[in-house]
Amino acid sequence: MEAVKCEGLVKTFGKNGRKISAVNRISFAVRRKEVFGIVGPNGSGKSTLIRILSTLLIPDAGSAHVFGHDVVREYGAVRRLINRVSVDAAFFKGISAWENLRYAARLYGLGKKDAKERSLDILGRLGFAEKRIYEPLEDLSRGMQQKVAIARAFFTAPMLLLLDEPTTGLDPRSKLDVQNYIKDSMNGSASDLTIILTTHDMREAEVLCDRVAIIIDGRFVTIGSPSQLRSMYGQPALEDVFLDITGREWKEIEDEY
Amino acid sequence: MNIRTHTYGSVAFVERNFALVRRYIGWEAVFLSYNVVNALAIGLIGARMGKEMVMYLVVGAMVWGFLSILFHEISESIAWERWEGTIEYTFMAPISRFVHLIGNCLWAVVYGVVRSSLILIIIVLFFGISIKGANLPGLLVVLVVSGLSFVGLGLIAAVLPLLSTEKGAYATHIMEAGLLLISGVYYEIDVLPVWIRPLSYLSPATYTLRAMRAALLDGAGFGELMPVILLLLVTGLLLVPVGMLVFSRAEYYAKKKGKLKRSG
Repeated sequence: MEAVKCEGLVKTFGKNGRKISAVNRISFAVRRKEVFGIVGPNGSGKSTLIRILSTLLIPDAGSAHVFGHDVVREYGAVRRLINRVSVDAAFFKGISAWENLRYAARLYGLGKKDAKERSLDILGRLGFAEKRIYEPLEDLSRGMQQKVAIARAFFTAPMLLLLDEPTTGLDPRSKLDVQNYIKDSMNGSASDLTIILTTHDMREAEVLCDRVAIIIDGRFVTIGSPSQLRSMYGQPALEDVFLDITGREWKEIEDEY
Repeated sequence: MNIRTHTYGSVAFVERNFALVRRYIGWEAVFLSYNVVNALAIGLIGARMGKEMVMYLVVGAMVWGFLSILFHEISESIAWERWEGTIEYTFMAPISRFVHLIGNCLWAVVYGVVRSSLILIIIVLFFGISIKGANLPGLLVVLVVSGLSFVGLGLIAAVLPLLSTEKGAYATHIMEAGLLLISGVYYEIDVLPVWIRPLSYLSPATYTLRAMRAALLDGAGFGELMPVILLLLVTGLLLVPVGMLVFSRAEYYAKKKGKLKRSG
Protein backbone atom coordinates (compact mmCIF):
# COMPACT_ATOMS: atom_id res chain seq x y z
CA MET A 1 0.00 0.00 0.00
CA GLU A 2 1.22 3.49 -0.85
CA ALA A 3 1.78 5.95 1.97
CA VAL A 4 -0.11 8.61 0.01
CA LYS A 5 -2.34 8.36 -3.00
CA CYS A 6 -4.01 11.35 -4.62
CA GLU A 7 -6.27 11.12 -7.62
CA GLY A 8 -7.65 14.06 -9.58
CA LEU A 9 -7.32 16.39 -6.61
CA VAL A 10 -8.84 19.83 -7.14
CA LYS A 11 -9.02 22.83 -4.82
CA THR A 12 -10.23 26.23 -5.94
CA PHE A 13 -10.52 29.41 -3.89
CA GLY A 14 -12.56 32.49 -4.65
CA LYS A 15 -10.79 35.82 -4.27
CA ASN A 16 -12.16 39.25 -5.20
CA GLY A 17 -14.79 37.68 -7.39
CA ARG A 18 -12.41 35.46 -9.34
CA LYS A 19 -11.59 31.79 -8.95
CA ILE A 20 -8.05 30.68 -8.24
CA SER A 21 -7.18 27.10 -8.94
CA ALA A 22 -4.71 26.24 -6.17
CA VAL A 23 -4.61 22.52 -6.91
CA ASN A 24 -5.62 21.50 -10.41
CA ARG A 25 -6.33 17.80 -11.04
CA ILE A 26 -3.22 16.47 -9.32
CA SER A 27 -2.65 12.71 -9.17
CA PHE A 28 0.38 11.07 -7.59
CA ALA A 29 1.42 8.39 -5.15
CA VAL A 30 4.13 8.34 -2.51
CA ARG A 31 5.75 5.07 -1.54
CA ARG A 32 6.33 4.02 2.05
CA LYS A 33 9.65 5.25 3.51
CA GLU A 34 10.11 7.63 0.62
CA VAL A 35 11.07 11.30 0.81
CA PHE A 36 8.89 12.91 -1.82
CA GLY A 37 9.72 16.49 -2.72
CA ILE A 38 7.34 19.09 -4.14
CA VAL A 39 9.14 22.12 -5.49
CA GLY A 40 7.59 25.21 -6.92
CA PRO A 41 7.40 28.96 -6.50
CA ASN A 42 5.22 30.75 -3.93
CA GLY A 43 1.52 30.37 -4.65
CA SER A 44 1.99 27.30 -6.84
CA GLY A 45 -0.20 25.08 -4.63
CA LYS A 46 2.36 23.32 -2.41
CA SER A 47 0.86 24.37 0.92
CA THR A 48 -2.70 23.77 -0.27
CA LEU A 49 -1.76 20.21 -1.13
CA ILE A 50 -0.12 19.76 2.28
CA ARG A 51 -3.21 21.18 4.02
CA ILE A 52 -5.47 18.74 2.20
CA LEU A 53 -3.28 15.85 3.32
CA SER A 54 -3.25 17.30 6.86
CA THR A 55 -7.09 17.14 6.94
CA LEU A 56 -7.21 20.94 7.25
CA LEU A 57 -8.75 21.57 3.85
CA ILE A 58 -11.53 19.74 2.09
CA PRO A 59 -10.86 19.24 -1.63
CA ASP A 60 -13.48 20.26 -4.19
CA ALA A 61 -12.98 17.12 -6.24
CA GLY A 62 -10.80 14.03 -6.41
CA SER A 63 -9.52 11.97 -3.51
CA ALA A 64 -6.53 11.76 -1.19
CA HIS A 65 -5.64 8.73 0.90
CA VAL A 66 -3.01 8.37 3.61
CA PHE A 67 -2.09 4.73 4.25
CA GLY A 68 -5.42 3.78 2.72
CA HIS A 69 -7.51 6.23 4.78
CA ASP A 70 -9.54 8.89 3.02
CA VAL A 71 -8.51 12.32 4.33
CA VAL A 72 -12.09 13.63 4.32
CA ARG A 73 -14.12 10.66 5.51
CA GLU A 74 -11.53 9.04 7.80
CA TYR A 75 -9.78 12.15 9.08
CA GLY A 76 -9.49 10.73 12.60
CA ALA A 77 -7.45 7.74 11.39
CA VAL A 78 -5.32 10.00 9.19
CA ARG A 79 -4.55 12.36 12.08
CA ARG A 80 -3.17 9.51 14.14
CA LEU A 81 -0.62 8.82 11.41
CA ILE A 82 0.58 12.27 10.46
CA ASN A 83 2.27 15.39 11.69
CA ARG A 84 3.35 18.57 10.00
CA VAL A 85 5.88 21.38 10.10
CA SER A 86 4.84 24.59 8.39
CA VAL A 87 6.94 27.46 7.16
CA ASP A 88 5.95 29.68 10.08
CA ALA A 89 6.60 28.11 13.46
CA ALA A 90 3.11 28.48 14.97
CA PHE A 91 3.33 28.43 18.75
CA PHE A 92 2.02 30.20 21.81
CA LYS A 93 4.96 32.56 21.72
CA GLY A 94 4.59 33.87 25.27
CA ILE A 95 5.18 30.51 26.91
CA SER A 96 8.28 28.36 26.84
CA ALA A 97 9.33 25.83 24.23
CA TRP A 98 8.80 23.08 26.78
CA GLU A 99 5.28 24.27 27.67
CA ASN A 100 4.41 24.30 23.98
CA LEU A 101 5.87 20.84 23.49
CA ARG A 102 4.08 19.50 26.57
CA TYR A 103 0.82 20.84 25.19
CA ALA A 104 1.40 19.11 21.85
CA ALA A 105 2.45 15.91 23.63
CA ARG A 106 -0.82 15.81 25.57
CA LEU A 107 -2.81 16.19 22.36
CA TYR A 108 -1.03 13.13 20.98
CA GLY A 109 -1.46 11.10 24.17
CA LEU A 110 2.22 11.25 25.12
CA GLY A 111 3.15 11.28 28.80
CA LYS A 112 5.15 14.19 30.20
CA LYS A 113 8.28 12.16 30.92
CA ASP A 114 8.25 10.46 27.56
CA ALA A 115 7.65 13.78 25.80
CA LYS A 116 10.54 15.43 27.60
CA GLU A 117 12.98 12.63 26.83
CA ARG A 118 12.05 12.60 23.16
CA SER A 119 12.09 16.40 22.88
CA LEU A 120 15.50 16.73 24.47
CA ASP A 121 16.89 13.96 22.28
CA ILE A 122 15.62 15.57 19.06
CA LEU A 123 16.54 19.10 20.07
CA GLY A 124 20.00 17.96 21.18
CA ARG A 125 20.58 16.42 17.76
CA LEU A 126 19.45 19.68 16.19
CA GLY A 127 22.04 21.61 18.21
CA PHE A 128 19.50 23.22 20.55
CA ALA A 129 20.84 23.91 24.07
CA GLU A 130 18.70 22.15 26.73
CA LYS A 131 18.43 25.14 29.06
CA ARG A 132 16.80 27.25 26.35
CA ILE A 133 13.81 24.91 26.29
CA TYR A 134 12.49 26.79 29.33
CA GLU A 135 12.66 30.20 27.69
CA PRO A 136 9.61 31.85 26.11
CA LEU A 137 9.45 31.10 22.39
CA GLU A 138 9.35 34.82 21.63
CA ASP A 139 12.89 35.11 23.02
CA LEU A 140 14.24 32.48 20.62
CA SER A 141 15.51 33.12 17.11
CA ARG A 142 13.49 32.05 14.06
CA GLY A 143 15.89 29.14 13.50
CA MET A 144 15.51 27.93 17.08
CA GLN A 145 11.73 28.20 16.91
CA GLN A 146 11.77 26.12 13.76
CA LYS A 147 13.86 23.48 15.52
CA VAL A 148 11.21 23.30 18.25
CA ALA A 149 8.62 22.89 15.49
CA ILE A 150 10.69 20.02 14.06
CA ALA A 151 10.81 18.41 17.52
CA ARG A 152 7.05 18.85 17.91
CA ALA A 153 6.46 17.00 14.67
CA PHE A 154 9.02 14.23 15.12
CA PHE A 155 8.39 13.36 18.79
CA THR A 156 4.92 12.01 18.05
CA ALA A 157 6.57 9.36 15.82
CA PRO A 158 4.30 9.93 12.80
CA MET A 159 4.15 7.52 9.88
CA LEU A 160 3.82 10.42 7.45
CA LEU A 161 5.53 13.73 8.04
CA LEU A 162 4.46 16.74 6.02
CA LEU A 163 7.29 19.24 5.93
CA ASP A 164 6.05 22.45 4.36
CA GLU A 165 9.12 24.58 3.62
CA PRO A 166 10.76 23.70 6.94
CA THR A 167 14.00 25.49 6.12
CA THR A 168 12.68 28.65 4.46
CA GLY A 169 14.14 31.73 6.10
CA LEU A 170 16.64 29.84 8.23
CA ASP A 171 20.28 30.82 8.50
CA PRO A 172 22.70 28.42 6.74
CA ARG A 173 23.76 26.70 10.01
CA SER A 174 20.17 26.04 11.13
CA LYS A 175 19.21 24.95 7.63
CA LEU A 176 22.01 22.40 7.60
CA ASP A 177 21.09 21.16 11.10
CA VAL A 178 17.49 20.57 9.99
CA GLN A 179 18.51 18.93 6.70
CA ASN A 180 20.96 16.62 8.49
CA TYR A 181 18.32 15.68 11.04
CA ILE A 182 15.86 14.75 8.29
CA LYS A 183 18.55 12.67 6.55
CA ASP A 184 19.49 10.89 9.78
CA SER A 185 15.86 10.15 10.58
CA MET A 186 15.36 8.49 7.22
CA ASN A 187 18.59 6.51 7.46
CA GLY A 188 17.77 4.90 10.81
CA SER A 189 17.11 1.18 10.27
CA ALA A 190 14.02 1.27 12.52
CA SER A 191 12.55 4.20 10.64
CA ASP A 192 9.17 3.59 9.04
CA LEU A 193 8.78 7.22 8.20
CA THR A 194 7.53 8.69 4.94
CA ILE A 195 8.12 12.36 4.25
CA ILE A 196 6.56 14.84 1.86
CA LEU A 197 8.79 17.88 1.70
CA THR A 198 7.90 21.11 -0.03
CA THR A 199 10.67 23.56 -0.71
CA HIS A 200 11.83 26.46 -2.84
CA ASP A 201 15.33 25.21 -2.60
CA MET A 202 16.20 23.00 -5.58
CA ARG A 203 19.49 21.93 -4.01
CA GLU A 204 17.70 20.86 -0.83
CA ALA A 205 15.31 18.78 -2.92
CA GLU A 206 18.22 17.13 -4.74
CA VAL A 207 19.96 16.25 -1.46
CA LEU A 208 16.98 15.03 0.55
CA CYS A 209 14.38 13.64 -1.85
CA ASP A 210 14.04 10.25 -3.46
CA ARG A 211 11.63 11.72 -5.99
CA VAL A 212 10.67 15.25 -6.83
CA ALA A 213 7.57 16.76 -8.42
CA ILE A 214 7.69 20.25 -9.88
CA ILE A 215 4.45 22.13 -9.34
CA ILE A 216 3.40 25.26 -11.22
CA ASP A 217 -0.04 26.88 -11.06
CA GLY A 218 -1.49 23.94 -9.17
CA ARG A 219 -0.27 21.28 -11.61
CA PHE A 220 2.56 18.79 -11.43
CA VAL A 221 4.60 19.39 -14.57
CA THR A 222 7.02 16.51 -13.99
CA ILE A 223 7.84 13.80 -11.44
CA GLY A 224 10.93 11.66 -11.03
CA SER A 225 14.06 11.07 -8.99
CA PRO A 226 16.53 13.96 -9.17
CA SER A 227 18.88 11.84 -11.29
CA GLN A 228 16.03 10.68 -13.57
CA LEU A 229 14.91 14.26 -14.09
CA ARG A 230 18.46 15.40 -14.80
CA SER A 231 19.04 12.66 -17.34
CA MET A 232 15.53 12.93 -18.82
CA TYR A 233 16.10 16.58 -19.57
CA GLY A 234 19.86 16.27 -20.13
CA GLN A 235 20.62 18.88 -17.48
CA PRO A 236 23.27 19.01 -14.76
CA ALA A 237 20.94 20.26 -11.96
CA LEU A 238 17.25 20.48 -11.02
CA GLU A 239 17.27 24.22 -11.54
CA ASP A 240 18.27 23.60 -15.15
CA VAL A 241 15.54 20.98 -15.48
CA PHE A 242 13.08 23.63 -14.41
CA LEU A 243 14.45 26.04 -17.02
CA ASP A 244 14.17 23.35 -19.67
CA ILE A 245 10.52 22.59 -18.79
CA THR A 246 9.24 26.12 -18.47
CA GLY A 247 11.67 27.99 -20.66
CA ARG A 248 12.23 30.30 -17.76
CA GLU A 249 14.78 30.70 -14.99
CA TRP A 250 13.78 29.46 -11.52
CA LYS A 251 14.76 32.82 -10.08
CA GLU A 252 12.58 34.63 -12.63
CA ILE A 253 9.51 32.58 -11.64
CA GLU A 254 10.18 33.06 -7.90
CA ASP A 255 10.46 36.83 -8.34
CA GLU A 256 7.22 36.89 -10.30
CA TYR A 257 5.33 35.25 -7.45
CA MET B 1 -7.86 6.41 21.09
CA ASN B 2 -8.39 5.43 24.70
CA ILE B 3 -9.55 7.16 27.87
CA ARG B 4 -5.97 8.14 28.72
CA THR B 5 -5.58 9.94 25.39
CA HIS B 6 -8.89 11.76 25.85
CA THR B 7 -7.98 12.77 29.40
CA TYR B 8 -4.54 13.96 28.30
CA GLY B 9 -6.25 15.86 25.49
CA SER B 10 -8.59 17.74 27.82
CA VAL B 11 -5.85 18.38 30.38
CA ALA B 12 -3.69 19.86 27.60
CA PHE B 13 -5.98 22.89 27.32
CA VAL B 14 -6.20 23.46 31.07
CA GLU B 15 -2.42 23.18 31.44
CA ARG B 16 -1.73 25.40 28.41
CA ASN B 17 -4.13 28.12 29.55
CA PHE B 18 -2.67 28.00 33.04
CA ALA B 19 0.80 28.50 31.54
CA LEU B 20 -0.52 31.51 29.61
CA VAL B 21 -2.10 33.00 32.73
CA ARG B 22 1.19 32.54 34.62
CA ARG B 23 3.12 34.14 31.77
CA TYR B 24 0.84 37.17 31.68
CA ILE B 25 0.27 37.33 35.43
CA GLY B 26 0.68 41.12 35.40
CA TRP B 27 -2.32 41.47 33.12
CA GLU B 28 -4.27 39.03 35.27
CA ALA B 29 -3.65 41.28 38.26
CA VAL B 30 -4.77 44.30 36.26
CA PHE B 31 -7.99 42.63 35.08
CA LEU B 32 -8.76 41.26 38.55
CA SER B 33 -8.22 44.69 40.13
CA TYR B 34 -10.46 46.26 37.52
CA ASN B 35 -13.19 43.65 38.15
CA VAL B 36 -12.96 44.15 41.92
CA VAL B 37 -13.13 47.95 41.65
CA ASN B 38 -15.97 47.66 39.15
CA ALA B 39 -17.99 45.39 41.48
CA LEU B 40 -17.31 47.67 44.45
CA ALA B 41 -18.26 50.79 42.49
CA ILE B 42 -21.50 49.19 41.35
CA GLY B 43 -22.26 48.12 44.91
CA LEU B 44 -21.58 51.66 46.18
CA ILE B 45 -24.19 53.09 43.82
CA GLY B 46 -26.77 51.42 46.05
CA ALA B 47 -25.10 52.39 49.34
CA ARG B 48 -27.62 55.18 50.14
CA MET B 49 -30.54 52.94 49.26
CA GLY B 50 -29.74 50.39 51.95
CA LYS B 51 -27.97 47.08 52.32
CA GLU B 52 -30.52 45.25 50.23
CA MET B 53 -29.83 47.43 47.21
CA VAL B 54 -26.09 46.98 47.67
CA MET B 55 -26.61 43.20 47.72
CA TYR B 56 -28.89 43.39 44.69
CA LEU B 57 -26.21 45.17 42.68
CA VAL B 58 -23.31 43.13 44.02
CA VAL B 59 -25.07 39.87 43.11
CA GLY B 60 -25.49 41.24 39.60
CA ALA B 61 -21.81 42.13 39.38
CA MET B 62 -20.72 38.76 40.78
CA VAL B 63 -22.98 36.58 38.67
CA TRP B 64 -22.27 38.52 35.51
CA GLY B 65 -18.55 38.32 36.30
CA PHE B 66 -18.71 34.53 36.50
CA LEU B 67 -20.97 33.94 33.51
CA SER B 68 -19.09 36.36 31.28
CA ILE B 69 -15.80 34.64 32.18
CA LEU B 70 -17.26 31.30 31.06
CA PHE B 71 -18.57 32.82 27.85
CA HIS B 72 -15.46 34.85 27.17
CA GLU B 73 -12.79 32.26 28.02
CA ILE B 74 -14.25 29.68 25.65
CA SER B 75 -14.49 31.99 22.67
CA GLU B 76 -11.22 33.72 23.58
CA SER B 77 -9.31 30.44 23.58
CA ILE B 78 -10.24 29.97 19.91
CA ALA B 79 -9.46 33.60 19.12
CA TRP B 80 -6.03 33.24 20.75
CA GLU B 81 -5.27 30.13 18.71
CA ARG B 82 -6.20 32.02 15.58
CA TRP B 83 -3.89 34.93 16.47
CA GLU B 84 -0.99 32.61 17.21
CA GLY B 85 -1.68 30.42 14.18
CA THR B 86 -1.76 27.25 16.30
CA ILE B 87 -5.37 26.41 15.45
CA GLU B 88 -4.25 24.28 12.50
CA TYR B 89 -2.06 22.19 14.81
CA THR B 90 -4.85 21.73 17.33
CA PHE B 91 -7.31 20.76 14.60
CA MET B 92 -4.79 18.36 13.08
CA ALA B 93 -4.17 16.59 16.39
CA PRO B 94 -5.75 13.14 16.91
CA ILE B 95 -8.30 14.30 19.47
CA SER B 96 -12.00 14.71 18.89
CA ARG B 97 -13.50 18.18 18.75
CA PHE B 98 -15.54 17.20 21.79
CA VAL B 99 -12.36 16.60 23.85
CA HIS B 100 -10.89 19.86 22.52
CA LEU B 101 -13.91 21.94 23.45
CA ILE B 102 -14.52 20.19 26.76
CA GLY B 103 -10.89 20.94 27.68
CA ASN B 104 -11.45 24.62 26.99
CA CYS B 105 -14.76 24.61 28.91
CA LEU B 106 -13.10 22.86 31.85
CA TRP B 107 -10.50 25.58 32.00
CA ALA B 108 -13.15 28.30 31.78
CA VAL B 109 -15.03 26.80 34.74
CA VAL B 110 -11.90 26.45 36.92
CA TYR B 111 -10.70 29.94 36.02
CA GLY B 112 -14.15 31.46 36.50
CA VAL B 113 -14.63 29.87 39.93
CA VAL B 114 -11.19 30.96 41.19
CA ARG B 115 -11.52 34.52 39.92
CA SER B 116 -15.12 34.97 41.04
CA SER B 117 -14.34 33.56 44.51
CA LEU B 118 -11.52 36.06 44.95
CA ILE B 119 -13.82 38.91 43.98
CA LEU B 120 -16.57 37.59 46.30
CA ILE B 121 -14.22 37.48 49.29
CA ILE B 122 -13.12 41.06 48.70
CA ILE B 123 -16.72 42.28 48.25
CA VAL B 124 -17.93 40.53 51.41
CA LEU B 125 -15.09 42.06 53.44
CA PHE B 126 -15.52 45.53 51.90
CA PHE B 127 -19.26 45.84 52.46
CA GLY B 128 -19.36 43.77 55.65
CA ILE B 129 -22.06 41.67 54.03
CA SER B 130 -23.77 39.03 56.11
CA ILE B 131 -25.11 36.05 54.24
CA LYS B 132 -26.94 34.55 57.20
CA GLY B 133 -30.28 33.21 56.05
CA ALA B 134 -29.17 32.84 52.46
CA ASN B 135 -29.69 29.50 50.73
CA LEU B 136 -26.06 28.90 49.82
CA PRO B 137 -26.43 25.32 48.48
CA GLY B 138 -29.31 26.55 46.30
CA LEU B 139 -27.17 29.43 45.11
CA LEU B 140 -24.40 27.04 44.12
CA VAL B 141 -26.76 24.73 42.23
CA VAL B 142 -28.21 27.68 40.29
CA LEU B 143 -24.71 28.86 39.41
CA VAL B 144 -23.62 25.42 38.20
CA VAL B 145 -26.67 24.76 36.02
CA SER B 146 -26.61 28.25 34.53
CA GLY B 147 -22.90 27.74 33.80
CA LEU B 148 -23.93 25.03 31.32
CA SER B 149 -25.96 27.52 29.30
CA PHE B 150 -23.09 29.97 29.17
CA VAL B 151 -20.69 27.23 28.11
CA GLY B 152 -23.12 26.51 25.24
CA LEU B 153 -23.32 30.20 24.33
CA GLY B 154 -19.51 30.44 24.54
CA LEU B 155 -19.20 27.55 22.08
CA ILE B 156 -21.55 29.27 19.67
CA ALA B 157 -19.62 32.54 20.06
CA ALA B 158 -16.32 30.71 19.46
CA VAL B 159 -17.45 30.16 15.89
CA LEU B 160 -16.99 33.87 15.19
CA PRO B 161 -13.21 34.08 15.78
CA LEU B 162 -12.88 30.68 14.12
CA LEU B 163 -14.23 32.07 10.87
CA SER B 164 -12.72 35.54 11.08
CA THR B 165 -9.90 36.21 13.51
CA GLU B 166 -10.33 39.94 13.94
CA LYS B 167 -13.96 40.63 13.06
CA GLY B 168 -14.99 37.51 14.97
CA ALA B 169 -13.37 38.83 18.14
CA TYR B 170 -15.26 42.13 17.77
CA ALA B 171 -18.55 40.31 17.25
CA THR B 172 -18.00 38.16 20.36
CA HIS B 173 -17.72 41.28 22.51
CA ILE B 174 -20.87 42.72 20.96
CA MET B 175 -22.73 39.48 21.72
CA GLU B 176 -21.51 39.61 25.33
CA ALA B 177 -22.57 43.25 25.65
CA GLY B 178 -26.01 42.39 24.27
CA LEU B 179 -26.47 39.75 26.96
CA LEU B 180 -25.44 42.27 29.61
CA LEU B 181 -28.09 44.72 28.41
CA ILE B 182 -31.01 42.34 28.19
CA SER B 183 -30.43 40.11 31.21
CA GLY B 184 -31.30 42.47 34.06
CA VAL B 185 -27.86 42.32 35.60
CA TYR B 186 -28.16 45.62 37.50
CA TYR B 187 -31.88 46.36 37.10
CA GLU B 188 -35.22 44.63 36.71
CA ILE B 189 -35.97 43.84 33.11
CA ASP B 190 -39.28 45.74 33.26
CA VAL B 191 -37.32 49.00 33.07
CA LEU B 192 -36.18 48.02 29.57
CA PRO B 193 -38.05 49.36 26.54
CA VAL B 194 -40.99 47.12 25.72
CA TRP B 195 -39.51 45.95 22.42
CA ILE B 196 -36.34 44.63 24.13
CA ARG B 197 -38.12 42.74 26.89
CA PRO B 198 -38.96 39.61 24.87
CA LEU B 199 -35.21 39.17 24.30
CA SER B 200 -34.64 39.21 28.07
CA TYR B 201 -36.73 36.08 28.39
CA LEU B 202 -34.41 34.33 25.93
CA SER B 203 -31.30 35.01 28.01
CA PRO B 204 -30.42 32.31 30.58
CA ALA B 205 -28.72 35.02 32.67
CA THR B 206 -32.12 36.63 33.35
CA TYR B 207 -33.30 33.48 35.16
CA THR B 208 -29.95 32.91 36.85
CA LEU B 209 -29.98 36.39 38.35
CA ARG B 210 -33.54 36.12 39.56
CA ALA B 211 -32.85 32.78 41.22
CA MET B 212 -29.54 33.92 42.71
CA ARG B 213 -31.14 37.02 44.21
CA ALA B 214 -33.99 34.98 45.57
CA ALA B 215 -31.59 32.48 47.17
CA LEU B 216 -29.25 35.11 48.56
CA LEU B 217 -31.54 37.96 49.55
CA ASP B 218 -34.77 36.14 50.38
CA GLY B 219 -33.32 32.77 51.41
CA ALA B 220 -35.60 31.01 48.87
CA GLY B 221 -35.58 27.24 49.38
CA PHE B 222 -35.07 24.50 46.81
CA GLY B 223 -38.80 24.15 46.32
CA GLU B 224 -39.05 27.74 45.15
CA LEU B 225 -35.89 27.58 43.09
CA MET B 226 -36.67 24.27 41.42
CA PRO B 227 -38.63 25.59 38.40
CA VAL B 228 -35.74 27.93 37.52
CA ILE B 229 -33.13 25.23 38.20
CA LEU B 230 -34.97 22.85 35.86
CA LEU B 231 -35.39 25.52 33.22
CA LEU B 232 -31.68 26.38 33.34
CA LEU B 233 -30.72 22.72 33.32
CA VAL B 234 -32.80 21.98 30.24
CA THR B 235 -31.51 25.13 28.53
CA GLY B 236 -27.93 24.18 29.34
CA LEU B 237 -28.38 20.57 28.23
CA LEU B 238 -29.72 21.88 24.94
CA LEU B 239 -27.23 24.70 24.42
CA VAL B 240 -24.06 22.65 25.01
CA PRO B 241 -24.74 20.09 22.23
CA VAL B 242 -26.11 22.86 20.01
CA GLY B 243 -22.86 24.78 20.62
CA MET B 244 -20.80 21.71 19.75
CA LEU B 245 -22.84 21.13 16.62
CA VAL B 246 -22.59 24.74 15.48
CA PHE B 247 -18.84 24.68 16.08
CA SER B 248 -18.44 21.45 14.08
CA ARG B 249 -20.42 22.89 11.17
CA ALA B 250 -18.31 26.04 11.27
CA GLU B 251 -15.14 23.93 11.29
CA TYR B 252 -16.34 22.09 8.19
CA TYR B 253 -17.12 25.40 6.48
CA ALA B 254 -13.70 26.81 7.43
CA LYS B 255 -12.02 23.73 5.96
CA LYS B 256 -14.05 23.97 2.80
CA LYS B 257 -13.25 27.67 2.31
CA GLY B 258 -9.65 27.57 3.55
CA LYS B 259 -10.26 29.90 6.48
CA LEU B 260 -8.08 28.17 9.04
CA LYS B 261 -4.73 29.23 7.70
CA ARG B 262 -2.97 32.28 8.96
CA SER B 263 -0.29 32.39 6.30
CA GLY B 264 1.34 30.17 3.69
